[in-house]
Amino acid sequence: MPADFDRRDFLRLAGVGAGVVFASGLAGCAARAAAPSTDFHFVQLSDSHWGFEGPVVNPEAKTTLRHAVAEVNALPLQPEFIVFTGDLTHTTDDPQERRKRLREFKAIVADLQVRDIHFLPGEHDASLDKGAAFQEFFGPTHYSFDHRDVHFIALDNVSDPAARVGDEQLAWLAKDLATLDKDAPVVVLTHRPLFDLAPQWDWATRDGDQVVAQLMPHTNVTVFYGHIHQEHHHQTGHIAHHAATSLIFPLPAPGSQPQRAPVKWDASQPFRGLGFRDVERHGSAEYAIAQHGVTGA
Amino acid sequence: MDRRLLLAGFAATLVAAASRAATEGEPRRIPVVARKFVFIPSEITVKQGESVVLEFTAPEVAMGFFAPALGLRALIVPGEVAKVPFTADKAGRFDFLCDVFCGDGHEGMSGHLVVQA
Repeated sequence: MPADFDRRDFLRLAGVGAGVVFASGLAGCAARAAAPSTDFHFVQLSDSHWGFEGPVVNPEAKTTLRHAVAEVNALPLQPEFIVFTGDLTHTTDDPQERRKRLREFKAIVADLQVRDIHFLPGEHDASLDKGAAFQEFFGPTHYSFDHRDVHFIALDNVSDPAARVGDEQLAWLAKDLATLDKDAPVVVLTHRPLFDLAPQWDWATRDGDQVVAQLMPHTNVTVFYGHIHQEHHHQTGHIAHHAATSLIFPLPAPGSQPQRAPVKWDASQPFRGLGFRDVERHGSAEYAIAQHGVTGA
Repeated sequence: MDRRLLLAGFAATLVAAASRAATEGEPRRIPVVARKFVFIPSEITVKQGESVVLEFTAPEVAMGFFAPALGLRALIVPGEVAKVPFTADKAGRFDFLCDVFCGDGHEGMSGHLVVQA
């Protein structure tokens, strides 16, 4: 994206068939005064569950991910990079089948025009083997990287089947954060919510409060995650948490019914509730989130 | 009465009383098996004020028991019994779930703990 990218252009281009929300990791005028040259955008895809079979909830399970890839490639402004926040594949007890699904997933997303892609595991990819197969295909399950002036941190809260980040990773996080100024822009990518969204549905991270406690002294932090198969926006203090839609089936609103059963496919509105998001960083702390539904066209 | 008989009778009474007290004071043990992808039984009924110990076993893989509204949680490791002591102080129907990912079907592995007034 050009450094002098105009925000109105983004909204106009991204707004076709898409919902746009603005989210700020920092409420304050200072953020808006930052130079526009730091603007960029990235795409978040999540929860494709490659290998899932269930015609009642998604008769297009074998094509939805391919449609999403094509529709990301068709974006008028290609993102600078892409993140995939977990549950790339649907779980299986068979280690060979798990690798087959990961291999097939990797081949499909290789068609993305953007080559800079950061992958995170979900519990379906990693919880049954502590992330071993995922690492064979995609490398470490937690890491950090810098893009422009933003520090991105990928956290693994799924390789432990009990949904813990764990002491070792918490220590790594502390070291990673220690290298940053307290007002440095930070984006955390993860799979499960880091707060207790719906513990009765296992929508939480058991030691997520320790992660949030480490992030709290940092004034410019935003979290993007998956797992719950729907858009959701939440604040813990000054930290914004944004959940992404899925690419396989939507789930009900948190705690809205006894079971977290998938929402059934609606033939009159194919792919309803499925999609990806385009995140534009604007200024030093504001993010514009454009939601794109999979159209299947 | 023979003094020895009197003492023996007194001792027997004490033992019986102690035994009765121990039985009455012991919480009821409720075995629960956690297997893919169901708790057996999936509905557990207790009386309000009753002390019980939920005794979980998992014959296949590690499982979890989590009843958020009651603050009860346990890791269930194969080969061990996970004991969860519990005295219900409020009546109602409380959900519990497996909170250790155990495979395809994990998301539906749940149950109810019913506390009768």
